[in-house]
Amino acid sequence: MLDVLLALTLIGLAWGALASADLFKAVVLFIAFGLVMALVWVRLNAPDIALAEAAIGAGLTGALLLAAYARLRTVSSDANADNASSRRGALFILISVLALLLAAALGYAVWTLPPDDAGLGRDVAANLDRSGVSNPVTAVLLNFRGYDTLLEVIVLLLALLGAWSLRMSTPRREAAPSPVLDTLSRLLAPLLILVAAYLLWVGAHAPGGAFQAGAVLAAAGVLMLLAGWRLPAALAALPLRLVLVAGPATYLLLAVITLLLEGRLLQFSREWAGRLILIIETTATISIGATLIALFLGAPPDKEDRQ
Amino acid sequence: MTPSDYLSAALLIVGGLFFLAGTVGLLRFPDIYSRLHALTKADNVGLGLTVAGLAVQADSWSAAGKLLLIWALVLLAGASVSYLIAQGALQRGVRPWKR
Repeated sequence: MLDVLLALTLIGLAWGALASADLFKAVVLFIAFGLVMALVWVRLNAPDIALAEAAIGAGLTGALLLAAYARLRTVSSDANADNASSRRGALFILISVLALLLAAALGYAVWTLPPDDAGLGRDVAANLDRSGVSNPVTAVLLNFRGYDTLLEVIVLLLALLGAWSLRMSTPRREAAPSPVLDTLSRLLAPLLILVAAYLLWVGAHAPGGAFQAGAVLAAAGVLMLLAGWRLPAALAALPLRLVLVAGPATYLLLAVITLLLEGRLLQFSREWAGRLILIIETTATISIGATLIALFLGAPPDKEDRQ
Repeated sequence: MTPSDYLSAALLIVGGLFFLAGTVGLLRFPDIYSRLHALTKADNVGLGLTVAGLAVQADSWSAAGKLLLIWALVLLAGASVSYLIAQGALQRGVRPWKR
């Protein structure tokens, strides 16, 4: 009953976010969609993904979309003229057919799954004691399929490079922030940093990990930025870039070292696995947090004053 | 059912009623300020009662403490954000509703 309600709400919110002509409404519906999605992941017994969805999907993507919306409003208000409605109609039909085919293929794939197949779950459980952590999700993400996570961390950095190379000018609001927001950020920022550290540490044996912790860290940064905090100019150039690449660089370095020592990319020996995973996750958390904050800012903080 | 179950059920039901009232207020009140008023008042009390109802059934003191912490954080965030929304609306010249 609850699940049916959740699924229907999810579809309704998705439709509303896509079909809404009002961009702001679409963004708000998308954030609500992310929160309901997190609830669905909890119902599916996937608290790791629920945490990531709530922190990144709803929270930070929401903040990014709202920032983009604010920028869109200041940059231009002229909408593109509607051109060639017949071509758009044909495109609509084509996209609908493709989407339906994809849905049918996915549905078929799920339908033909053996009903009580544990997938690779049994293999993961059997090798868990060799991974250096006791949380199976972290074991898969950081050890058994570490290269996926390595690429994900790099993708995030690439996204930031893309945003920076656009050289968007950031609209500056120099109005003094309200005392309420100031107090709120002063109360919450230390708490958020503490929660991020907790999520990072607890990832070894319970739901948590670098991406969730990084997102919470970024939430603290976004809150402080909104309350008027700015990165000191001395830290904006090289130190910021070092922090941004620390995670991916450490990860790549360990990948190369393991390739040379163990003969295989990211193959951790049993006695070192736990420590290596902690090192990777710590640096990745800091870099992910910094990258997400930088994405929220849009332009590189040391360049924006010159524009 | 034990007495604590009855207490928990009563608290949860009353909490749900507050949420219902807040939602009705959000949908039916005439302007942004009165809607915020309905929403925050009802949500704060509704969530408080819900948390109290769940805390009665909590297995341990630490679980009850976590629930209370959630309530405190929502109180803090809800009050601050509703103030910010109202202030933003005032600065953009949204007039409070008058009969």
